[in-house]
Amino acid sequence: MTLCIGSVMAPSTDLDIVRVTKRFGAHAAVDDVSFSVAPGEFFSILGPSGCGKTTLMRMIAGFEHPTSGDIRIRGQSMIGVPANRRPVNMVFQSLALFPMMSVGENVAYGLTCRGVSRAEAEERAGRMLERVGLKGFGERRVTALSGGQRQRVAIARCLVLEPTLVLLDEPLGALDLKLREHMKIELKQLQGTFNTTFAYITHDQSEALVMSDRIAVMNQGRFEQVGSPRELYHNPATPFVASFVGETNRLQGEASASNGAIAVRLPSGAVVQGQGRAGQAALAFVRPEAVALAQDPSLLGSLPNRFEGRVSAVLFDGAASSLLIDTAGFAEPVRAVLPQAGPLAGIQVGAPVHVGWTADAMKVFAA
Amino acid sequence: MMQKPAQRLTLFLLLAPAILWLGLLIVLPHVEILVLSFSERVAPRVYAFGFRNYLEFFTEPLYWRTFARTAFMSILVTALTLVLAFPIALYIARVAQGRVKAMLLLLCLLPFWVSELVRTLGWMMLLRETGVVSYILRAVGAADQPVELLYNDGAVILGLVYGGLLFMIVPLANALESLEPAVVEAGFDLGGSRWTVLRRIVIPHAMPGIVAGCIIVFMLTVGNFATPVLLGGKNGLWFTEQIYAQFITRFNWPQGAAFGMLLLLLSSAIVWLGLRLTGQSLGTTLKQA
Repeated sequence: MTLCIGSVMAPSTDLDIVRVTKRFGAHAAVDDVSFSVAPGEFFSILGPSGCGKTTLMRMIAGFEHPTSGDIRIRGQSMIGVPANRRPVNMVFQSLALFPMMSVGENVAYGLTCRGVSRAEAEERAGRMLERVGLKGFGERRVTALSGGQRQRVAIARCLVLEPTLVLLDEPLGALDLKLREHMKIELKQLQGTFNTTFAYITHDQSEALVMSDRIAVMNQGRFEQVGSPRELYHNPATPFVASFVGETNRLQGEASASNGAIAVRLPSGAVVQGQGRAGQAALAFVRPEAVALAQDPSLLGSLPNRFEGRVSAVLFDGAASSLLIDTAGFAEPVRAVLPQAGPLAGIQVGAPVHVGWTADAMKVFAA
Repeated sequence: MMQKPAQRLTLFLLLAPAILWLGLLIVLPHVEILVLSFSERVAPRVYAFGFRNYLEFFTEPLYWRTFARTAFMSILVTALTLVLAFPIALYIARVAQGRVKAMLLLLCLLPFWVSELVRTLGWMMLLRETGVVSYILRAVGAADQPVELLYNDGAVILGLVYGGLLFMIVPLANALESLEPAVVEAGFDLGGSRWTVLRRIVIPHAMPGIVAGCIIVFMLTVGNFATPVLLGGKNGLWFTEQIYAQFITRFNWPQGAAFGMLLLLLSSAIVWLGLRLTGQSLGTTLKQA
């Protein structure tokens, strides 16, 4: 079966993971995962810590060996190929710059390993440093660099080797928030200018959503869904994806089908209308930005889901501000985005407010 | 203002034992030996200042040849110890985990619970003509008569390397332990072979530990007395034996003092040279040891 897939596989992909499983004892860290990454793509694997994404990445890099399945790079199987012979380079979570070498030597290291002459390696390293905006830093110690500069050295050290694929293992985790926001954009731009295939793993959904062309959401060793950031956000395939990617309101109840839509009866007796499929038990999700707010209930007149509540908290965060609304019949307060330009911008805690959303905005899954 | 003299006195009292210890047991004897080494006997019980003891060293070939031999053999022993200890330290620091790691370090330490003399006598029981190794060689038919493995340079080197191993392993394992695993992985990931990673990443990182271990082992070896005497016998020819002979056998204390000063100079010079060659400073090295 596996062989059959292999022979049909078109060579137009940079990375193919074919039914890879990795077991540690009885525990399957990676469980029958398959996916392909196209050349020039920015592919992210998003999942909570312990979901197996690091193991998967280490198998691609060659530090772990799959229990079964195949890893192919440009159509060539990497099983049995040691890490130092794979056309794959990795940016480590800790960056793992060589502290005993200067910045220039760090970047030239991989080239000299390949037998490039010292003079040529130095020259190419210098040009690479220039491209990542570190011109003239070659002689510095890596310990003398700032977080963002170290990041760029770690990436330059990989890119100078012109690998088929660059693996990035949560490289932004150690940076402070402001720098992380900045590096997200910078990484995306770097990937664009070099047109290298990036495989990026992270537990931060915002990093994945901002940078990726495609994202795989991983949970307990398996892929829940693979798709573009928009697909994942707007059409989550599983309850896990719905709750892990982006902010959401989660409701639990019993489903009963009604014409076209599906009705979910909450334990309190309140009923919400949504789209999807469910058996008896159902989970329903609605995004905070899909929740319409109004002080006058007639403005929400056409919406199938309409409720009345009271503001329990104002979470002011500029453009990302939201309200928590205690709503009759709901176990937890409903979260809704608060537009800072609207008539409700100045709303206070305790104020009565009406909430509503369409049936399309409410995704229903079997619990 | 009233507290200052009191504080100073407290500090002085706290430091006093250490200062007395250093002063009375280390500095004072060395000054005494230095002075002694420059005195020459002009008549019975009459001594005068002069360089004859040092001249004697350079004019009598036995002395400076023993001296050079001691220096050369000590460097050889240090190098052998380093080569043997490195893989052991690497295993302890990077492969062994938890209890295994503690067990291995304990195993290295275990021989040092008995005195050096007993350990050396142990080697003698193994290596002498009627000893265990000789017996085994005969039993398996590799030799048809008893083999004397003692009283040669090989036996001396064996004993000295054995005695130095622990003092090399501990600083090396310490230095290697602080190497981040991801840095080693990055070395492979970027295309480095095992040899490249060892040469360009592991060894440079372990350099302070290597230098610290080498200094300790070299000092212990140069100044060793029992091992060369017992395992080398007449062929031991270690410089400490010459010092012993001058002080105890010949009762020529000024000559012995001069030899002592020369040995101190030798080991200091070689340590200094070693630090210069490896580009390490004494400060970082001491921290590692």
